[in-house]
Amino acid sequence: MSRRPFVRPVSRTRWYFRHPRYMRYMSREVTCVFIGAFALLLLCAVERLSEGQAAYESFLVAITGPWSTLGLSIVWIFAVHNAISWFNVTPKALPVQIGEGFLPGRFIVAAHYAAWILISLAVLLFAGVL
Amino acid sequence: MNERMVHLEVLRYDPQVDGEPHFQRYEVPCKEEWVVLDALNAIKESIDPTLNYRWSCHMAVCGSCGMMINGEPRLSCHAFLRDFEGVIRVEPLANFPIERDLVTVADDFIDKLKRVKPYLIPGENKPIAEGEYTQTPAQLMKYRHFSMCINCMLCYAACPQYALQPLFLGPAAITLAHRYNLDSRDGGREERQQVIATNEGVWECSFVGACSEVCPKAVDPAGALQQVKVASTLDWFREHLLPGNAK
Repeated sequence: MSRRPFVRPVSRTRWYFRHPRYMRYMSREVTCVFIGAFALLLLCAVERLSEGQAAYESFLVAITGPWSTLGLSIVWIFAVHNAISWFNVTPKALPVQIGEGFLPGRFIVAAHYAAWILISLAVLLFAGVL
Repeated sequence: MNERMVHLEVLRYDPQVDGEPHFQRYEVPCKEEWVVLDALNAIKESIDPTLNYRWSCHMAVCGSCGMMINGEPRLSCHAFLRDFEGVIRVEPLANFPIERDLVTVADDFIDKLKRVKPYLIPGENKPIAEGEYTQTPAQLMKYRHFSMCINCMLCYAACPQYALQPLFLGPAAITLAHRYNLDSRDGGREERQQVIATNEGVWECSFVGACSEVCPKAVDPAGALQQVKVASTLDWFREHLLPGNAK
C-alpha cells in the first residue's frame, strides 16, 4: 500500500488570524516599526544638532505641532507596549536559581520596571527636565 | 451515571480514496467523565471501525494522542468533554502531514530529535569501579522541568515559525538539547551547539510563546529556547571578544 501523506497549506500572510495568541505576538512585533521610526527621528535630531544651534532649533520647530504630538504619542504607546510585553517574559529567559528553587518571576519583572524608572529619572535629570 | 449525546466533527482522510481531507460528523453517547479520546474509542468500537488515530496510555504520559481539538493542540486523553459546548471539532495535529484520518507523519520530528543528541554524553569517561555519576538536588532542579517533555509534538502544532519554516528544529528538540546541556553529568554541549545554535536552530525562534501555552506538562519550551539564545550569545562574545578564544 503506497503512502500519500496530505500536507495542509499554511497561509504566509494570514496565519496570525488563526488564534488570539498569534495576534498578541504580532501586536508586540509590530511595535518595532514605530520604534524604528522614532530611532530615525533621533538620528535626524543628532544630525541637525551637529549642524549647529540654529539648525537644531529649526528641527525642533518642525516637529512641534498637533500632528507631531499625535505621532509621538502613538510611538510612545507602542514603545510602552513593547517594553511591558518584553519585561513580562524576562523570567523565562533569565531564571535565577537559588539553591533548589527559583526566584519567583515577579521579582525579575519588578527589577526590570525598577531599572526602567531609575534610568528614565536619570535621563530626565541629565536633560534638565527635573 | 449521566450520559449525553456529544457531536464530534472529525477530519477524515483516506489516501487511497480521498483527494483531500473532509469532515465527518458523529453523534456519540458519552458519559460525563469521558475525555475526547473516550469518545473516539466509542466511535471506533460502535459506530465506525475505519477511524484511525494514535493513543496508548490514556493518562497524559505517552504523548501519542495529540490532536487539534476545536483548533487547539491538546492531548485527547486530557480534554474532558464536559469542558466543551456544541460540536467538538477534532483534527490531526497542525503543521504535520496527515498520514490517515487523525494520524500524522512524525518523521520530521523524530529526525530532528535524533540530531540534537537527547541523551547524556559524559564529559569524563570514568571506570565503572569509580561508581555512578552523582548529582546534587540543586543540580537536578536546574533542568528537571525541561526533562518532563513527553514528545507529544503539541508545541510543534502551536508554533507558527515551524509552520512557516519546516526546517526549524522546533521547540521540543531544542528544549531537550538544553535539558542535557544543563545536566551536570553531561559534556556534550559543544556537539549539540553545532546543531541548535544555528539559523535553523534556536535563531529561527521569534518567541511567540505558543509552545509553552499548549505544553501539557508545563515544560516551558519557550523559556528553554530563550535561555539557549542567551547562552549562545555569550558564547559568541567569548569567542570574538576575549583574547585566546578565537576558533
